[in-house]
Amino acid sequence: MSEWQPRILAILCNWCSYAGADLAGVSRMQYPPSIRVVRIPCSGRVDPLFIMKSLQSGFDGVLVSGCHPGDCHYISGNYVARRKFAVLKPLLEFIGLEPNRVQFSWISAGEGDRFAKVVTKITEDIRELGPATRLVKKT
Amino acid sequence: MNTTNELRKSIKALIAEKKVDLFLAWEKGSLPLTATPLFVSTEDQADRAVFDVTCGNNLSIYFTKDRKQFANRKVGIAVKGCDARSVVLNILEKQIQRENVVIVGVPCDGVLDRKKVLAKTDGREVLELIDNGETVTVKGNGFDLLLNRNEILSSSCLACTYPDAQEYDVFIGDARGEVPNESRLKEIHDFQALSASERWDKTRNEYERCIRCYACRNVCPSCYCNVCFVDQNDPKWIGSTCDYTDTLIFHVIRNLHVAGRCVECGACQRACPMDIDLLMLNRKVAMEVKDRFGDIAGLDINGKPAMSDFREDEKQKFIMG
Repeated sequence: MSEWQPRILAILCNWCSYAGADLAGVSRMQYPPSIRVVRIPCSGRVDPLFIMKSLQSGFDGVLVSGCHPGDCHYISGNYVARRKFAVLKPLLEFIGLEPNRVQFSWISAGEGDRFAKVVTKITEDIRELGPATRLVKKT
Repeated sequence: MNTTNELRKSIKALIAEKKVDLFLAWEKGSLPLTATPLFVSTEDQADRAVFDVTCGNNLSIYFTKDRKQFANRKVGIAVKGCDARSVVLNILEKQIQRENVVIVGVPCDGVLDRKKVLAKTDGREVLELIDNGETVTVKGNGFDLLLNRNEILSSSCLACTYPDAQEYDVFIGDARGEVPNESRLKEIHDFQALSASERWDKTRNEYERCIRCYACRNVCPSCYCNVCFVDQNDPKWIGSTCDYTDTLIFHVIRNLHVAGRCVECGACQRACPMDIDLLMLNRKVAMEVKDRFGDIAGLDINGKPAMSDFREDEKQKFIMG
């Protein structure tokens, strides 16, 4: 039987991480087929509600990725996002979710190799944790 | 009683001098354990104002939840320490203008939690409550109890750091200053020492009781979106059932919405019919905001709410390498 493949939601900024993912693709870099990508205009657009909602709908993990600090297309979107994530992450750990389920990264449009590495890393982290159970809504 | 008299005097003076058109204070409630908000617009009405242990209402919520009343009017408001911080936040968030408010600080020794009083009387109805200062007398059919004030204070008050208004135009009586309160974060540190699965079980047990009445949201001075995310139905973010995942998401997101804005007045916890420890998550978020960004909600009238601000050089260890 093949190894369990986690399902991870990757929320990627249009201007950098999404292009980074594209570069990884056109450069034929190898990374696990575990992510489902949602393209957003800016990491500042990410409402913590999106993250909670994806965990509730059964995603095993969430990756949010935006432009490096200082590189935001909208000047300050990722700084505001960073504050949100800085509070969200400890809060999720506090209520007892596994720390690695939700992760954040900065990937530029030129960092295709970094994108592949980040996806490999988060897939390994989540494979270690196993399927999400805690916040998943059973219907 | 003294505070009450002083409060009445200053309301009368403000109205007589036409410094305010309307004054928000408290009056004796129709039920003995809860004061009722009082809107004073004439000097005579000022004699109904009181301030005692039952005045838990954070009156600043009227600024945001009853906007029309206050548009372009000069309004006076009686505030405890926490209420004053809410008023400051309202000003920072441009919900009211500083020049349109006259803030009257009252010396606060904490307000009671109805549920704690009823636990002391074994659920028997309280017909009369007398605030003696250090102690509180509660009377009902066939009982007469003398209770220590600390036994019935709201848990937010027991852990209060800023009992006095930090921003005011008039302050009545003696200020207590900043009270260093170590018990405020003790519960959080104890909780953090548990393992993740223990924390999860406790959180789940606590929030599973939530019946989603939204009393916590309605009473919160920082919750004033025109349409709350739980009330939206396109997209419908939160299921309508009491499934614990839905309730927990509601509470976590509400906490994040009030991150850097929660003044820990404890109104949510006092309003909760299921006696859920709602303040714990609020305090945890406040602790993170203070540690990371150095902000305390509603203290600095020249500042900016933490989550609408940023610095370029903030720590970002939590970002993947």
